[in-house]
Amino acid sequence: MLSSNIKGVSNGFPLKIEVEKVVEKQVEINHDFLRNIFQKIDWKAFFDASKVMGFAELPEQAPDPSVLESDLEFLRKFHHALLELHLEEGALVCPETGRKFPVNKGIPNMLLHEDEV
Amino acid sequence: MSSRPELQAPPEIFYDDTEARKYTSSSRIAAIQTELSERALELLALPDDGVPRLLLDIGCGSGLSGETITESGHQWIGLDISHSMLNVALENEVEGDLLLGDMGQGLALRPGVIDGAISISAVQWLCNADKSSHEPRLRLKAFFGSLYRCLARGARAVLQVYPENLAQRELILSYAMRSGFAGGVVVDYPHSTKKRKEYLVLTCGPPSLSTAVPSGKVEDGESCSDDESSGDEENQVICISDRHRPRKKQKINKKGKGREWVLRKKQQMRRKGNVVPPDTKYTARKRKARF
Repeated sequence: MLSSNIKGVSNGFPLKIEVEKVVEKQVEINHDFLRNIFQKIDWKAFFDASKVMGFAELPEQAPDPSVLESDLEFLRKFHHALLELHLEEGALVCPETGRKFPVNKGIPNMLLHEDEV
Repeated sequence: MSSRPELQAPPEIFYDDTEARKYTSSSRIAAIQTELSERALELLALPDDGVPRLLLDIGCGSGLSGETITESGHQWIGLDISHSMLNVALENEVEGDLLLGDMGQGLALRPGVIDGAISISAVQWLCNADKSSHEPRLRLKAFFGSLYRCLARGARAVLQVYPENLAQRELILSYAMRSGFAGGVVVDYPHSTKKRKEYLVLTCGPPSLSTAVPSGKVEDGESCSDDESSGDEENQVICISDRHRPRKKQKINKKGKGREWVLRKKQQMRRKGNVVPPDTKYTARKRKARF
């Protein structure tokens, strides 16, 4: 999930997610990493993405960074949405051009055709 | 036929299923890749505060270099053009997130999110035009431009490259500089043909103390730094003029080549990083007629 959350094509962010299959993988939680990555995330895009993936427990408004220090429950949810949810099959859709990037076995195919370069 | 894979086929075709499997199952390649990525991580000089960073592995292949990143406790995103290589990576259950993409088309990542990038033996592929639409200069420009954008300020990128010749290295470096990177080339084992490895160490942002290029490794522990315009270029020039000169006749007298010659040769091999026995009083001494 991580890659599709923080990725944008030069002409459009965020990529919309079309879900066919989502898998969950257990990943060890690391609070330092979460705090580090938190500032870099576009919360609205992240919230939308996790909702599409079927995880709606995150708050809609970006929480205050101070929450990260104390609220372990929030950290756990954030960690789950960020690292444990993987889009296995589906597509990423560019919001501007509608171009679809298919996702197979968890690998998004970001190759462009020759005329799109 | 050249042994350089770049000259044989485009990367997405060269690294097909069989080649990808061969590449990953070869313990020799795995050892080299691990060594290279360890060195690249070392050159990346991430602050040592135990906070896991988000790194980018350009040309991650089957995730050999990514495993080194995982071992050092960082998260990574791997990018590669070869589907077969990524499939092998999936089978090996690497920790990082994988992306199928062409670095020559630019990296589709949001600006400023990556804390550091490494790339092992990948960037020289950009110098080849494999399709009619490919223009190496434009592809290099797109690659370095997008790399610069997606790196956080002050972040480093360490790209290990095998440039085919001096011109190629200059080309890669000049495009890196044009995109705004500061940095230079670090050469490990400069005297050895096989062990010689070149790393482009690039830093986002204006040059400062922290962007000083670290020095390369030499066998006997000395360090030697090689900036864009130093020694190597001169060596190259000398080589070219040497070629047209008549060969020097080797001085061989009846007694053989002599102790100085042996010592010189041993020194030469030592510089290349080979294991050479120490010089003793027995070095180059003639045997008796009978044992």
